[in-house]
Parts: sequence; C-alpha cells; structure tokens
Amino acid sequence: KGIIANTPKRLRDLIREIRAAKTAAEERAVHHLNSNHTKKRHHPPSRCRNVAKLLLYIHMLGYPAHFGQMECLKLVASPKFSDKRIGYLGAMLLLDERAEVHLLVTNSVKNDMNHSTQYIVSLALSTLGSICSPEMSRDLAGEVQALIKSNNAYLRKKAALCALRIIQKIPDIMEMYIPCARSLLNEKNHGVLLTAVCLISQMCQLSPETLNHFRRLVPNLVRILKNLIMSGFSQDHDVNGVSDPFLQVKILQLLRILGHQDSAASEQMNDILAQVATNTETSKNVGHSILYEIVLTIMGIESESGLRVLAVNILGRFLLNTDKNIRYVALSTLQRVVQADYNAVQRHRTTIVDCLRDTDASIKRRAMELCFSLINGQNIRGMAKEMLSFLADCGSEFKADCCSNLAIAAERYAPNKRWHVDTLLKLLAAAGNHARDDVVVAAVQLISEQSAYQAYAVHQLFYYASQDFSQQPMVLLACWCIGEYGGGLFSDCCADGLETYSAKSPEEVLGLLEQALLSSQSRQSTKHVAVTAVMKLSTRLPHQEQQLLDSIRHLAAYHCTSSQLELQQRSVEFSAIFRHHENIRAALLEPMPVMEGRAESGRDLPAGSGAAAVASGDSAEVGDEVAAAAAAAAVAATFESLINFDDSSTGGVPNATIGLPNAATNSSSMLATNNSNSVAGPLIDVFGDLGVSEPAPVSEASALPALPPIASAGIAGLQLSLAGSRQQSNNVDLIIRAVNLGDTNMTNFLLQAAVPKSLQLSMMPASGDCLPPAGGSVTQKAVVTNPNGVSALCGLKAWSGLKGLG
Amino acid sequence: FILIQNRAGKTRLAKWYMHFEDEEKQKLIEEVHATVTVRDAKHTNFVEFRNYKIIYRRYAGLYFCICVDIGDNNLMYLEAIHNFVEVLNEYFHNVCELDLVFNFYKVYTVVDEMFLAGEIRETSQTKVLRQLMMLSTLE
Repeated sequence: KGIIANTPKRLRDLIREIRAAKTAAEERAVHHLNSNHTKKRHHPPSRCRNVAKLLLYIHMLGYPAHFGQMECLKLVASPKFSDKRIGYLGAMLLLDERAEVHLLVTNSVKNDMNHSTQYIVSLALSTLGSICSPEMSRDLAGEVQALIKSNNAYLRKKAALCALRIIQKIPDIMEMYIPCARSLLNEKNHGVLLTAVCLISQMCQLSPETLNHFRRLVPNLVRILKNLIMSGFSQDHDVNGVSDPFLQVKILQLLRILGHQDSAASEQMNDILAQVATNTETSKNVGHSILYEIVLTIMGIESESGLRVLAVNILGRFLLNTDKNIRYVALSTLQRVVQADYNAVQRHRTTIVDCLRDTDASIKRRAMELCFSLINGQNIRGMAKEMLSFLADCGSEFKADCCSNLAIAAERYAPNKRWHVDTLLKLLAAAGNHARDDVVVAAVQLISEQSAYQAYAVHQLFYYASQDFSQQPMVLLACWCIGEYGGGLFSDCCADGLETYSAKSPEEVLGLLEQALLSSQSRQSTKHVAVTAVMKLSTRLPHQEQQLLDSIRHLAAYHCTSSQLELQQRSVEFSAIFRHHENIRAALLEPMPVMEGRAESGRDLPAGSGAAAVASGDSAEVGDEVAAAAAAAAVAATFESLINFDDSSTGGVPNATIGLPNAATNSSSMLATNNSNSVAGPLIDVFGDLGVSEPAPVSEASALPALPPIASAGIAGLQLSLAGSRQQSNNVDLIIRAVNLGDTNMTNFLLQAAVPKSLQLSMMPASGDCLPPAGGSVTQKAVVTNPNGVSALCGLKAWSGLKGLG
Repeated sequence: FILIQNRAGKTRLAKWYMHFEDEEKQKLIEEVHATVTVRDAKHTNFVEFRNYKIIYRRYAGLYFCICVDIGDNNLMYLEAIHNFVEVLNEYFHNVCELDLVFNFYKVYTVVDEMFLAGEIRETSQTKVLRQLMMLSTLE
C-alpha cells in the first residue's frame, strides 16, 4: 500500500513503516515486499550491512528470515569489522545448532580467533559461546584453551565462558581445562574471577573427580571472599554499597558445591560464612541476595549447629520483611529446611501463620504447606483453628488440599476424640463441595469407632445438613450417619454436659432424607446413600407406626423408575424387601459393626478417588428371590456370620458356617500377592484361593472354595470359580460360575456374597437357579466397587435346596 | 533465555541460550507474555514456568525477563537485570523503548558483553561501557 518497492530500504525507514502499519495485515504486506526484494537483489557490499539489519529485524519480530543465512556468512567472511559484527550477530540469531549451515561458520570463527585484533577475537568467542555444537566445540577447543592463557583479560573472560559452554556440550574435554582454570583463580580482575568460578562450578557439577581436585582450593576461595568484604570496595564493581555481590554469590555457590557432604572443607568455611553473614548490609535487595545464598550454602554443607540456627534466624528476618519477593524466597527455603531443623523453624511459626493472610497466591500456598509440616501435638488446637479460618477464606484451588491435609493432621494429633469429631465436621462444613472423598471416609470411620459420640455426631450432622444443603460431602455423611445411628436422633442428646440437642421427630428426619432423595442438588452418590439410609431407618424407628412405614416405603420406591442403574436397583430391591420379606427386614438392616481401621488394611489397592463412597455392605443385595421359608431362618444366621467375617482372626476350622472367616483370612493373604502383581490387567483374580473346606453335611450351606480359574479337586457337590476383570479403577466384575459336579439335581440354587462396608457389591441375576447334574453350570455376575482401595474381601455362600446332599 | 517484551507482547530483544525450534520459541514467547503481564505489583517477581523459573522486572512499559533454572538465586538475577538496565541507560543516555527498537543490534552487543553462555560475565558497569565505546569507534 503505497510502498515503493524497488529501492533497498534503510533500517530506520523499514522500522518506521512497520510501526506505522496499523493492522497486522499491512505489516505482513510490508514484510513480504521487503523480504522479496532482499532475496532477489544482488547487493553491493556497502548495502549488505543494511540488508542484514533488515533481515535481523524481521527475524526478531517473528517472521521467517532464514534465507538470510547465506548473506550472514558472506558478511562474516569479510574483513571489515562492522560487517563482521552484523554477520556474527546474524549468525547467532539465525543459526542454531542443528542447522548444517553453521558448520561453514566454523572456519571463519577459527580464523578470527587467531586474529590480532582483540575485538574480532571477542566476536568470534561470543558466537562460539552462543551457538556451538559438539562438532564445532571439538574443533575449536584447542583455540579456546590457548585464549584462556592469553594476556588480555577481556579475552580471558570470554574464553572462560566459552569453555563453560564447550564443557556442557562435551563433558569429556574437561581435563584440558583444569589446569588453566586453577591459574585463573589467582586473578585480580573481578570479571575473570567470576567467569573462572562459573567454569569451576560447572566442572564440579559434571564430574565428581574434578570435585575432589578442586577441594584443595577452598582456602583460596575463602581468602578471596575475605578480601572482597574487607578491602573496602572497588568502585567498579559495587552495587549499592556492597562490593561485587555477583562474585560473592558465585563463590558462595561454589563453596556449597565443594563443601557438600565433606566435613573437612566445611570446617574451613564456617568462619567465613558467619563473617559474611554478619557483615552484609541488609537494607537493600543486594544484601538480601547474598544472605539468601549464604543460607543455602549453610544448609548444603555439613555446618555446625550454631551456623544452622543463624541461617534459620536470617530466614525468619526475611519473613518479617515487607518485600514479597523476600518472603517468598524465605518460605520456600524454610520448607526445605524444616525436615532438618524442625525446632528452629517452630520459633517462627507465628510469622508463617501471618503469611497465610497475604494476598499473593504463591505465598499463601507455601505458607500453607509449611504450616502443615509444623503441626504437632502441642500446637494442634491453635493451628487447627487457624487453618479452619484460612480454609473458609482461601481460594478454591487450595480448599481440597487444605481439607485433606487438615484431616490427616487432625487424625494424627487429636487431643481427644470429641475434638477430633468436632474438627472433622467443621472441616466438612467449611470446605463445602471441595472436600475430597477420603475425608468423608475418614469421618465415617471415626464416627463408627466412637460409639460414645455417635448420637452427638448425628445431631450435629443433622443440624449442618439442614442448614446448608448444597454441601454435598456433608450431606452424604449426614445421610449415612442418620441411616446407621438414627436411633440417637430420636432422643435428647447431651454431649459431655455441654449442650442438649432436642429430639427430632421421625417426620423431620424423614423430611431431610426426602430432600436428599428428591433434590436436584444431590449428587448420585448422595442419593444412593439416602435410599439406603431410609431403609435402615425403618428398623430404627422408636415406634413402628404404620404411617411412618408407609412413607418410608413410598420414599424407597420413588426411584424405581430412575434412569440411573444403581439408584433404580437399590430402590427396586428395597421395595422388594418390603413386599416380600417383611419378616427378615429387621435382620437385614441391623447396624453395622465397627469398621476396621485403616491401619489394619495395609494391603491397599491403588486408591481411586471419587465414585460412591460409602456403601451398603450389610444389606447384601440379594439378587434373586430367597428360596424358601426354611432358608429364611438360615439367612439371618448367615448374614451374621457374613458380616462378622471382618474380624477375620478366627483361625480356620473348615466348617460350613465358620469356613467363611477362614476363607476370608486366606483370601486376604492371597489378595496381597495378587494386588502387587496386578495393575490393570484384564483378568484379575481378585479372590485367591480360599481354603478348601470339607463338604459339610448340612442341607443349606456348604462353604465352598473359590478358586483361581482352576478346578478345585476333591469337593463333592459344587465347584465355584471366580473370574474377575477390572472395569474401571474402582470396579471389579466377577463372574461366578458354579458347576455341579455331583450327580443330583440342585434346585433353587442361590449364591450370596457379602463384602465389607467400604465396598459395594451388586449381584446381577443368575443365569438360572437349577444346576443340572454332572457339569451343569450357572453363572452369575457381580460387581464390586472399591472406591477407597481397601483390600477387597468377599465372602461367598452358595446354597440350595438340595435334595441329595446329606 | 533473556527476553524483553513490551506490554503488548512485541519482542524487543530475545536471546536464547538453549536450543529451541522456531515454533517452540514463538510459543514460549507467548506463554511468557501471558504469564507475566497478568501479574501486578503485588505479586512477587518470580514465576514458576514449566520446569524453570522466570525472573522479571518491569520498567515503564517493558518487561525484562530472564529464565533460569530452579536452583539459581532469584535475588541475584534480579540485581543482574537492574545492572543491565543501568548500563543500557548509560549507553543510550536515558534510554527509552524507541532506542531499543532502532538500535537493536547495539542492544545485542550489550547483552553479549554482560551475559555469555547463559551466565553473568561482567558486572562492572564502567568496564562494559568502556568496551562499548571502543566498539562503536570501530564502526
């Protein structure tokens, strides 16, 4: 647009044009035109420079300019200094290690390095430093070494850093540079010293032998450092009154590397570190940077404890500083230090807690982590209060972490159980929907262990849940507890003589559960738990009024047509219980025993998060109609034993009903081995070899071995095999196959399974309930959900109305 | 790498000490710009970025960013940035953004004087300025 294309432009004009271009499109047009005609023209030498500058500018703005590489090379080869300069600059920008073109530069660089003018040599060195490749470095390493020894300080500096770059590319060449590096340390020139220290640091980092070699230099370094501080300041190098901070910091870094895990060297450094620490002026950022480096060094070497305390105090002072940078730096370092020097950091706890209130998110995060590391038995109450208030205010990205961490801390250090329960509840209330499921599970476990506080807990939960319905984890917990311990709700509760909670009427309770079931705010998991809770309540009511029972029935049946499979299944099954099995309802819905502690289940599957937390372990869902009334009596007993197998400490006497606990112990040990092998294999046999038990002459039940898909021998009657397959991280699908090996017809065959409360089991309908003799089989599918990674124990019972068996 | 960007995201200077592909470079530039411009004065001058750190300082409309490894001393590089800016100031006599734009190749020279191969090379302002004077006489 109005640009005259043919005259080569001066750089300034180009830039002006580009800046004048109002839209990106215009800019692109300008570039296009310029690139085109720079490509085409054969420029006279004087113009070359301008052309190159144009190219570089274009490149810097981000447009491709690689056609200019050859131009750059031409420039580099020319004898004029200014041309060379632009050429090298172009080379540095446009070429990189992988381009083949840069090999061509090698020759020019080599010649230039032997040039008499120091500036040209320096140009070459800079280029080498920026873009060298392994091959180039090999070629030119010798030249660089010669230059390190040269007379010119300016060149020595550059050569040293080039050497650094070369060593980074090819570690093997390092030996060449060791002697020169040592001599460099005797320099007076700060710049050279700086580069030499860099070089040595790099060498030490790369190879341990050089490390030992340079350890002998520690006294030299110490001396240099001392001179730096003592001898006033050289005007050139000081920054705001501190003499050459960069050099100081680099030396300190090197000292750290050298002193790491070496007590002899560290000895020599102790004095000087203390001296530097006390002498450095801290009013400016410069001083702070030196102090920070000192702290890092002290932590890195084997220093004496007095020095460590000094370091921590410095960090404490940093924390009080108003500058955020410094506080941030202090917090991150304290995090690293707290493992080693716990007590020293404790002293600064209040300051750290103050940092929680800072506006910067990264400071808050660091402060939070640090606080969690500092919680111990003495300060748990105060800290918990602080963390709870923090939780209430902080941004949502912190809430989940804070919540889980606080739950863990509370569990470890809780002074008494009542406090623990309280804190967990408040935690859930504050964290809202961000609380992770493991916190809910921990809460459940805790409450089930503490029978004294169950009533109190239930009352509190009821209160919280009715207050604020949107907090799903809380509501879920409330529903579950109401289901289990709802009896407590119906009477007054006086917890430790502090407050009295009034009794709630069954209608209120049911109303809350109804809300849980019907509200659209409820998550699926909450609804599951609510349905189960409703059922359990039906047995806990103080008076079994028909009206209440009817409303419960109604609620249970509400989701019979729900589109969610789990919900519908539960609803239907519960209604079925009402309809057909009134007499065993009470037995089915008995309260659950105490959950086994997490510490016991050391054999954990890899924990999956999310998914339905708490389940209905006790009311094992009977997939099919229970057979006969005669069986009904056995059911109650069966369930008792099934449930009690959690306390799987009974050694095994293979027996019909007791065979199961035995089986459970064995299965758990097999589980451990299985779990360690299986990650996500398609066919995992979750249930190992249950103990073989003798067939018992009992009509209903025979404890049966469940096996890895190999047949069990020696059992007359029935053979069960389980094949498991993992569906998602939490579910295991079991195909239970029962084969009738005997020669009588087994009718009314039924398989039951029970799992601990933390798992969910649902049984699909069996393929039949008649086992024809000699090999007929029935398969049944069961799904076990294991959201918490607790090891899966499952008891299986199969029984049928046998005619032939004993 | 060292990066100077203005508030709108245009690069005024980019010096890379590690090898990246061109598209990567562009992406990095954009990412750095996005990360750095949203932070106001209340935030710290250090940002965690991929597995490096960015130490930046804002002078008028320009952001001077240095990308370093995690283990390096933040505060020292902050000082290095300031040192660099002071040298630029001296060299161009009250430098402003336009100076950097029109004389970008000179700015590169200054960078090379003070930083090389990814490390700080020369910290004395007087020495650097002296060198630069000599270089410009050769032009």
